[in-house]
Formats: sequence, C-alpha cells, structure tokens
Amino acid sequence: MIKVRIPTPLRPLTRGQGEVEAKGASVAEVIANLDSIHPGLKQRLYDETGELRRFVNIYVNEEDIRFLKGKETALKEGDEVSIVPAIAGGR
Amino acid sequence: MSFTDAQIQRYSRHIILPEVGGKGQQKLSRAKALIIGAGGLGSPAGLYLAATGVGTLGLVDGDVVDLSNLQRQILHTTASVGASKVESGRRMLAALNPEITIKTYQENITAANILMFLAEYDIILDGSDNFSTRFLLNDACYFAKRTLISGSIFRFEGQLATIKAHEGYPCYRCLYPEPPPAGLVPNCQEAGVLGVLAGTIGVLQAAEAIKEILGIGETLADRLLIYDALEMKFRKVTRPKDPRCHLCGTHPTITDLSGDYTVSCAL
Ligand SMILES: [Zn+2]
Repeated sequence: MIKVRIPTPLRPLTRGQGEVEAKGASVAEVIANLDSIHPGLKQRLYDETGELRRFVNIYVNEEDIRFLKGKETALKEGDEVSIVPAIAGGR
Repeated sequence: MSFTDAQIQRYSRHIILPEVGGKGQQKLSRAKALIIGAGGLGSPAGLYLAATGVGTLGLVDGDVVDLSNLQRQILHTTASVGASKVESGRRMLAALNPEITIKTYQENITAANILMFLAEYDIILDGSDNFSTRFLLNDACYFAKRTLISGSIFRFEGQLATIKAHEGYPCYRCLYPEPPPAGLVPNCQEAGVLGVLAGTIGVLQAAEAIKEILGIGETLADRLLIYDALEMKFRKVTRPKDPRCHLCGTHPTITDLSGDYTVSCAL
C-alpha cells in the first residue's frame, strides 16, 4: 500500500482524512485506485486531456513528479505520495 | 554609519551572535524590505522585521481594517477598525521601533506600479491573498532582479518558498506553471484560516528575509516548505528549475508584464 497525503482543499472528498492508502505501482495507478474509493479526486487533479493540472503538484517522497516520469513515475512499497495544490491566502 | 548606545542596547542580542554581529546588524539597518499586504502574513513579518531593525520597511495595502481581520492580523487593534491598514500598521511598527523608516502605500499592486516599487527595495515579502498578485510579483521580481519571499496560507496549511530566479534558482512558475481557473482552488479571503497559522508562516517569511539580508544559513531557494498545523508536520520538498518555464526557462514567452494577470476569485 502507498500512503497518500491529501491537502485541505481535497479533504471533503476523503471524508476529512489527511492521509489515505491506495494500491498501485505508479502514480497514475494510485490515483485511479484512490478515485475508485473516493470518486471525484481524479477530476480535481487532471484536466480534460488527462494531464495533471498546472497548479497542482504531486510529490513522490520529496520529488516533484513533473521532473520524474510524470504520472508514470513508478512507486514501491513505503513510498509516500503527496498532493500539493497552489494556495494563495495571505491577508 | 555607527550605532548609538541605545541602538547597541536594542540590538545587543543580535550583535552578540557571531552570525550577525555589528556588521550584520549594519546590513539589516541598511536593508529595505517591501511587504505586500499588511494582513495575516504581513503583520507578523512586519513586526519582526521592525523589531529586528531592518532600516526601511514599505507596507503596501489598499484595504481598511475590518473587525474580521483582527483574528490574525496582529498589526491592527480594535481601535483601528475602519482605518487604512497601512496607516494602522505604520503606527504599530513605529511604536515598536522608532529607529526605522516606514513607508506606506495605500494602494494595490498592479502591473503598472510594481516595478516602481521594486526599484526602491532590496527584498520583497509576498503576503497577498490572490493568485493574480502572486504571479505578477514573481514575474516582476525576476525582471527587476529582486529576491521574493513567498508565503501563503489556507485553512490549516501553509507554504513558504524563497524565489531567486534571477540568480538561477527556480521561480514560482517553475513550481506552479499557471494559476488555477475559477472554481478549482479556493483563494479568497472568505475561506477560513486558522489565525495563528498566519503568524507561523509570516514569522518564517521574516526569518528567511533576515537570512537573505545577512547572507547566512540554508535558504528555501530550491525547496518548498509545507506546514500542516493540524498534524503538526513540516515537510520540505524539492523545487527544481523548469527548463520549460515560460518565465525563466530556456525559451521564455513571458518577457514583460503586459500579460493577463487577472484570475477570478475562486471558492
Ligand atoms: Zn521559472
């Protein structure tokens, strides 16, 4: 199982959980598995063409997958996936 | 420029630090920091930069103090409700440290005025509350070769990064290439935020700004710091420079500030 960290804006989809578990050998598989457990998650992360939205980052451990192999980045037991969207608040 | 006895006493806990010393304190007193937004992040950052003795502080904010601000915007008091935020902030900072120069600008940052502001300051702290200003500041600081300390908060989460793209480090667009369209990521002040979270991130912005001025320590120039107040977790992730970045990549398409920076408020 892969541990996935869910950011605050997406927690309504995971019943408030900040950390969930999913199965998969790549980021794409883990997201697909998560979407089957928490429907709607995929649509928040991917655009119409199926690419990761440009204001949402996914990290495997500490690495941004856009600088690895994108959604096809391989995962192994013990890896931690974090979803980190841009946030703008400050005032 | 030499310090008076009172200044030496005021800054003595800095001056005895080998990493700061008299020389470092001089650097701080010569530094000019511009704080965008005299609100949740700008308040704690401004208070500590003033206490620290950063010689010139600029405050930019077009708003007036509202009662709902006081839960987190500690530059302002109940008596300041209705007053301009920059004037309320100036009063508070001047009371804390009358030795420094405080300049106030009661307006919002735009593509038309930002470069004039940047020309007068060495380091910029982003405490704004919207993506338009964040992307505009990123681009303008790159063109003007200014270091930008970017902090942002939402509910219980904060993000912090030091942007020095003009020195070859990644910019904010390398991290997030485009702002979100309306409806996908909340970015309005109406979104809830834990008041003290603004303090945590704003104070960390001040710490990073002070280290940049002094040239000491590890920076966040190639990292993003993520703070989760509920889980009490700090995480640092890598933030590589993107060769495809539209601003600082090898084939830039953004070469001035004439682009469209409007992003609708999204909830
Ligand atoms: Zn860039």
